[in-house]
Amino acid sequence: MKHTELEIQELKIQVKQMWNLVIAQLSKTKIALLENNTALALEVISQEKRVNAYELKIESDCENYIALYSPVAVDLRLALSLIKVSNTLERIGDFAEGIARHTISQECKTIDVKIIEDLGIEKMIDIVLEMLLDGYIAFETENTKLTEKIMSLDIQVDELYKNGFYILAEYIKENPLETMCALRLIIILRKVERIGDHCNNIIEDIVFYVDAEVLKHNNKTSLK
Amino acid sequence: MMIEAKNINFYYGNFHALKGINIAIPANTVTALIGPSGCGKSTFLRLFNRMNDTIENAKLTGECLVNGQNIYDKTVQVDALRKNVGMVFQKPNPFPKSIYENVAYGLKVNGVSDKKYIAERVEQSLVAAALWDEVKDKLHQSAFALSGGQQQRLCIARALAISPSVLLMDEPASALDPISTSKIEELIHGLKEKYTIVIVTHNMQQAARVSDKTGFFMYGELIEYSDTKKMFLNPENIQTQNYITGRFG
Repeated sequence: MKHTELEIQELKIQVKQMWNLVIAQLSKTKIALLENNTALALEVISQEKRVNAYELKIESDCENYIALYSPVAVDLRLALSLIKVSNTLERIGDFAEGIARHTISQECKTIDVKIIEDLGIEKMIDIVLEMLLDGYIAFETENTKLTEKIMSLDIQVDELYKNGFYILAEYIKENPLETMCALRLIIILRKVERIGDHCNNIIEDIVFYVDAEVLKHNNKTSLK
Repeated sequence: MMIEAKNINFYYGNFHALKGINIAIPANTVTALIGPSGCGKSTFLRLFNRMNDTIENAKLTGECLVNGQNIYDKTVQVDALRKNVGMVFQKPNPFPKSIYENVAYGLKVNGVSDKKYIAERVEQSLVAAALWDEVKDKLHQSAFALSGGQQQRLCIARALAISPSVLLMDEPASALDPISTSKIEELIHGLKEKYTIVIVTHNMQQAARVSDKTGFFMYGELIEYSDTKKMFLNPENIQTQNYITGRFG
């Protein structure tokens, strides 16, 4: 393998490591939230620095790669995609950390288990985790056949988010003393919904890299 | 430092070709010299195996050091210097001999007569030049039967056969097609483990791809010398920036 190819392989390895870290962060956040596990939430918060460090390193290495090797065609698309994917993974890492911070909030020490079940937060997080993992597989295998699945999962997340609004509105009416907790739950729902959007963005970047097609701002239903 | 220039000034008659050049090149690195035509980069490169000695009315001041020794010291013999500092030129220049004899030539003129040793060195040099697999079955055919890219790698093998520590390359890939160029670049990248390489190139992308350090020359001056990453991402001098971004002139 040529040394220029080795450089881009090394970059891909870094992105995959970052990806695994973000998946681990989100998985721990889910447990911390559902089991009210403060120690795990604190672990997620402390690990966020590692996610940020990966983003900075990958960005810098991609800049060097572009400046030194003047990549074209698939190599250029890959370098551009790696920058975008690492930025997006960092945002997902931020959301995971944000949810972990809400988990340890002093203003809402115990969240009603039933409302969490009614909102389907566990299901929402499981779906975005699946999207994140499918994105990883698409990137690893350079195969975009999972694109449609990821985008349809995002639609499911959006629907759960919208339903959650109505459920919480009712909940606040019936339990006005729990308003602060309910507001926190809205924020958590919103963060999970945004993670779904970002997973969508990631698969769009992978499609750009692998198939040289631009999906951004296209109607999701127009996908083959 | 493997190679050092201390306040080098070089004149072709009245023309001041190199102006106060100072540079220190570490061992086992690839250093690219870039700059517009006539900027002095090839003149500077050729100083390090005294290729400019025979030019009429040429004058040099300052010190050129290889491995700490001033190579223009009266005690230095040019033949001995060139065993340590090999050179590869823009146009492949194999001798009108067989592939084997081309590589063995330097050893033989330096008095080596042990045939077994010569055969070993020929093979090692051709392997190091990434040419062995392509020529091992036709070592006694004429070097002129090889393609341009193969001839250039043969010239590199010829230079390596006498075990230099420094390899000077003056536009080694400019006459080659992209595939041969890629092979030469890969070769240069691999050779730095054992050799210190200085390469003059007009191709900035090539400089960026193969080198660890880059020196930018203009009007006989060394405008900037730094790590290649820094040079191509964030050069310090506006002239360097204008040149590498194509805004020069």
